[in-house]
Amino acid sequence: MITTSLVQAIPQGVDYIRILPELILSAFGIVIMLLDPLVDEERSQKTLGLIALAGTIAGLLSTWHMAQSPGLAFSNMVRVDSFSVFFHFLVIAIAAVVILSSFEYMAVQKIRAGEYYALILFGAVGMALMTSAVELVLIFIALEISSISTYILTGFRRNEASSSESSLKYFLLGSFATAFFLYGVAMMFGATGSTNIDIISRSLQAGPVQVLVYVAMALMFVGLGFKVAAAPFHIWTPDVYEGAPAPITGFMSTAPKAAAFAVLLRVVFAINAPGRFWLIWVAAALSMTLGNVGALVQTNIKRLLAYSSIAHAGYLLVAFAMTSPENSATGISAAMFYTAAYAAMNVGAFAVVSHFANAGERYVTLEDYEGLGRTSPLLAATLTIFLLSLIGIPMTGGFFAKFYVFSAALKANLIGLTLIGVINSAIGAYYYLRIIVMMYMRESRKEVPVARIPFGLGIALATSMVATLYLGLLPNRILQNAQQSAQDLLRQRVPNPTNAAQTQPSEAVQPY
Amino acid sequence: MNIDNLSPFILTLVTFAPLAGALLLVLLPRRDRDIRIFSLVISLLTFVLSLHLPVHFHRGDAGFQFAVDRQWISSPNIHYHMGIDGISMWLVVLTTFLTPLCVLISWKSVHDRVKEFFILLLIMETALIGVFTSLDLFLFYFFWEATLIPMALLIGVFGHERKVYAAVKFFMYTMIASVFMLAAILWLYANTHSFDFVTIRDLIASGKVPNFPAAAQWLFLGFFVAFAVKVPLFPFHTWLPDAHVEAPTAGSVLLAGVLLKMGTYGMLRFNLGLFPEQSRHNAPWVMILALIGIVYGALVAMVQPNMKKLIAYSSVSHLGFVVLGIFSFTQAGLNGAMFVMLAHGVSTGALFMLAGILHERRHTYEISEFGGLASPMPVYAASYLFIVLASVGLPLLNGFIGEFLVLSGAFQDRAVYGILAATGVIWSAGYLLWMYQRVFYGKITHAVNNSLPDLSGFEKAAVWPCAAAALVMGVAPILWLGAIDPAVQAALISFPQVVSKVVGQ
Repeated sequence: MITTSLVQAIPQGVDYIRILPELILSAFGIVIMLLDPLVDEERSQKTLGLIALAGTIAGLLSTWHMAQSPGLAFSNMVRVDSFSVFFHFLVIAIAAVVILSSFEYMAVQKIRAGEYYALILFGAVGMALMTSAVELVLIFIALEISSISTYILTGFRRNEASSSESSLKYFLLGSFATAFFLYGVAMMFGATGSTNIDIISRSLQAGPVQVLVYVAMALMFVGLGFKVAAAPFHIWTPDVYEGAPAPITGFMSTAPKAAAFAVLLRVVFAINAPGRFWLIWVAAALSMTLGNVGALVQTNIKRLLAYSSIAHAGYLLVAFAMTSPENSATGISAAMFYTAAYAAMNVGAFAVVSHFANAGERYVTLEDYEGLGRTSPLLAATLTIFLLSLIGIPMTGGFFAKFYVFSAALKANLIGLTLIGVINSAIGAYYYLRIIVMMYMRESRKEVPVARIPFGLGIALATSMVATLYLGLLPNRILQNAQQSAQDLLRQRVPNPTNAAQTQPSEAVQPY
Repeated sequence: MNIDNLSPFILTLVTFAPLAGALLLVLLPRRDRDIRIFSLVISLLTFVLSLHLPVHFHRGDAGFQFAVDRQWISSPNIHYHMGIDGISMWLVVLTTFLTPLCVLISWKSVHDRVKEFFILLLIMETALIGVFTSLDLFLFYFFWEATLIPMALLIGVFGHERKVYAAVKFFMYTMIASVFMLAAILWLYANTHSFDFVTIRDLIASGKVPNFPAAAQWLFLGFFVAFAVKVPLFPFHTWLPDAHVEAPTAGSVLLAGVLLKMGTYGMLRFNLGLFPEQSRHNAPWVMILALIGIVYGALVAMVQPNMKKLIAYSSVSHLGFVVLGIFSFTQAGLNGAMFVMLAHGVSTGALFMLAGILHERRHTYEISEFGGLASPMPVYAASYLFIVLASVGLPLLNGFIGEFLVLSGAFQDRAVYGILAATGVIWSAGYLLWMYQRVFYGKITHAVNNSLPDLSGFEKAAVWPCAAAALVMGVAPILWLGAIDPAVQAALISFPQVVSKVVGQ
């Protein structure tokens, strides 16, 4: 027994395939770091950007390859199932779109590109690893990889005080939050004797739940709640989003959030965390309300979208408030679909914002958007589609995502939370609509130069727009994928003996 | 090709033809004349296609016809389910009839951002038709919300001075109200596992929906609020005058002609269809609100100095008739409600066009700015009079039939309702004829009015079809009622006592 487990402790070939995307992204990141001093400043922008883009595309392809061999790897620390594949695709695709929309931004802002692209890739590695890790310590390490990259990226507009401020703020509060998470992990270990999600799940179902477990859950929720910008851990969001470079704001409002939500899904549903209902209920209701109310009075579009992202975290959390297994499945798939839809529309919106902001991010107030419908109809129409999706108007991914979340909530008889949600989404319509009003119904009062949309950005915008409309009109495939993933995630916690044997340290491939 | 082969696809074709046109329009270069001609062709084509429906409609059949039912999304169980009965068919045709007229009336009056205007107009048409043809609640909500954006943009971009205020108010009012309907739809799905209207209706009728009795009243209200704001029923009507006054003419025509009917159609289809018991239970206060709407709308219209606002308030009054007819649960009342919807669509649509024509010449809607217009603009004055008479309810024109039927339905239900509603007819004669007198008769008070040009060819082409329709509907209402009657009868099946009351007394 000991010898077999020793043999299995040594990583095998298939183990590496199960972290192939991470390996490839890291390799590309290192190559960029190495090349950075070698290529001259002028050319570096484009070249390194293209290498980073190639890295993400290779990452997407390798995710597909990884999906062919589902199972556990590295002594049960990593699990490849349709759940982690879904989020791998999502995170890496976001990184690709952000890199595309950064090409022009970096040139206009005159920021040296090298580390920037490498950090995006390293951040994506951390986020991707977060989604496949089933070991709390590994999750913590992945969380740190992703966080540290984003801390630095936030401060990339070095000449701007606001950017440094936002970076420092994010760093201090973020470290504090991850410490909470780590503390929670330690307590969970104390209560159950393991940091492996499967084992924790089993030991929680086997015996009476100790008080320590509740404390551990609450602490972990604080850490993850910070990462997804859920109220009451949302205070940092507006300042940090405002100071960060616009494409990075697009990145960090979607990719790390998606990864953190993936972890939260695992922690909440795979562990079947006890006593979570009111925790999530309150956080969801607060996030929706505070986010929407806060956004009503904003005049800076980045701050407005920051508050909107808090509100959207709230809608998403509604899907977490499920308790029975049947409803959990719908809740998980609703949450997954929502992350995808939110990523598509928000990355797109920030791509427009970063193009429009111009050198030094001069044009970021709502007033600057006055008359955009006339000066640049294409840009205005694109932003309108993303905003309509954020409101939740039919034909867009945002509508279907909200619809699905609320439908899951009502199925679980969460009438109060659903009502808060739908009323909030009606309030939310107001501030998104305000931007549309500015663009189409007012004439511009000052000269705002709008450059032509460059090729890279065009592709980024087209990708997010197609994704937004695809999710709104033909959501079937993604939904089925999400439902399959939800089943995979829940199957892991079924406490029958045959399954338990499979989750013992062994090479047994999980049923896929 | 046999024309009957069209039947399974005709609803899809009619619904999405304007959208396809709008997409093509995006690709067209910005040559305004071409864009106008193209939009006219598309909207006429849609109208001709939609005529397939009444021609091939089986009049005796109360069920849904031309149905198409395909799975769209497997889980949640959402279907692309469309179909029409006698109630929705005429609303579809009304939409396709009014849209080409909207294109014509906007021919000269819209000269800025022409392309965007016609794209929005065509998208709007698709959304409106979709509302009337969908039989899947998700699909219905999908189109319902989809009407918001083009309308808000039409008002907000192409409207008059306070356009932004009006557009945002319109959007927020209807958006906030319709989320309650969304919540109700989601509840129904959670408890029936279906979005299909027919399935849910049958499940409710057979009492197989868990928790239904406890939730029924809230569900009724969820749907009702969304519809009442759209109608608009007193006291939810305040967005309407603002929206109308600021909207461009074509926007007003579609708003009054079709958009408001979404609300009354919804009440008829969903409130009565899904929650017959709650409808009966709530009917007293709904009818009282409708009566207040009739009288209050008429009285406010009477004192309006602004022609467009006057017509807007007259809509509040007329739509009160529709709601009254629907909640009388009598055959006559429902037939009348349907007929008022159609008649109001045609004649108020025409009234807004006529008001718009005047605005284009003088850039004002103030009634006091005019007077004695009959001599410089005789054709205009005659057309206006014809439409006013239709709207007032002169026998042999379309307004009369509907109001008569509604009143007789209301009398059957409770005589006092009928009497109060009948005063509405008198009021409407009062405010419309008084307005007509102030605008067209007497001496010309402003010299500039002396040289106003009479109707142009485009304007005649836009207004006269409405006048013709008003006449035909008034003379031969059976053409319309023949299809409406069986559908209404089917809608009333769940109201046994009331029906027997009609038959018995």
